[in-house]
Amino acid sequence: MKINEIIKNIPGKVIAGEEFLDKEVKTAYCGDLLSRVMAHGPQDGIWITVQTHTNIIAVATLVEIACIIVPEDIPIEANTIEKAIEEKIVLISSPLPAFQLAGKLYEIGIGKEQ
Amino acid sequence: MTESANNEDLVMVQTYEIEAGNFTLAGEAASNIKKLLRQLGIDAKIVRKVSIAAYEAELNMVIHSLGGIMRLEITPKEIVLKARDDGPGIEDIELAMQEGYSTATELARELGFGAGMGLPNIKRCSDKLHLQSKLGQGTYLEARFFL
Repeated sequence: MKINEIIKNIPGKVIAGEEFLDKEVKTAYCGDLLSRVMAHGPQDGIWITVQTHTNIIAVATLVEIACIIVPEDIPIEANTIEKAIEEKIVLISSPLPAFQLAGKLYEIGIGKEQ
Repeated sequence: MTESANNEDLVMVQTYEIEAGNFTLAGEAASNIKKLLRQLGIDAKIVRKVSIAAYEAELNMVIHSLGGIMRLEITPKEIVLKARDDGPGIEDIELAMQEGYSTATELARELGFGAGMGLPNIKRCSDKLHLQSKLGQGTYLEARFFL
C-alpha cells in the first residue's frame, strides 16, 4: 500500500518527505530502542517511535525504513526534520498513541503478511 | 595478532574519527560508509550488514569510549571494519556479547541507546568478529564481511 493511502486512514500530518508519499510499504515496526530497530526494523516499512532526536533518521536510513510515525503529537526536533528531508524519509506526526496507530495500520492490512 | 588485508589487495581505505558523547553526530560515519559502498556497487545485502555493524560500532564508541577511529578497508574479497578506541575498555567481553547486557548511562538509554544489542548485532551481521579489550587502555574491534 502506498504511504498516501495509509495516511488517509490515520489522523496526523506529514512533517517531511511529502514528495515520497507514493512509496509502497507492506509492514511496520514499533520500538524505541534503536539497536532493536537496527536488528528487526523492516526494509521499506513504517517505524513507529516516540524518539524524536536526529539519530532516528540515521537508523531509518541505514535500515532503509521508508516512513517514521511519531505518536502522541510529540514535538519533533528541528534537526530531525531537516535530516529527514535530506535523507528522503517520510516523517509523520500523529495524535494517536503507538498502540492505536499499530492497530489502525494492521486493520488496513499493513504487516498482516510477514 | 590481527589479520590485516594484504596491501596489494586493498582497493580502498577510509577512516572516520568518532567523537565520544556526541549523540548528534552519531551515525554519520555509518551513513557515509553506506553511501560509499552503494556507490561502489556492492551487493545491497552486504551493504546493509556492513552499515548496521558500522552504526553499532560507531555508537558503542560514542556511548562508551573516550573517542576513537573507525577504519573501513575494501578488498576484492572482503570488507573489513576496524574500530579502535582510547578506552576505558570492556571489563567482561563475554558479558558484553550477551544480548540485553548494557552499561550505558541513563541519558543514553533515555535516547533509546544502550539496548544491549550493539555487539550482538555486529556479530550477527559479520562473517568474522574479533574483539580485544584491556581495561584502562581501550578496545579494538574488527569485523569482516566476505564478498
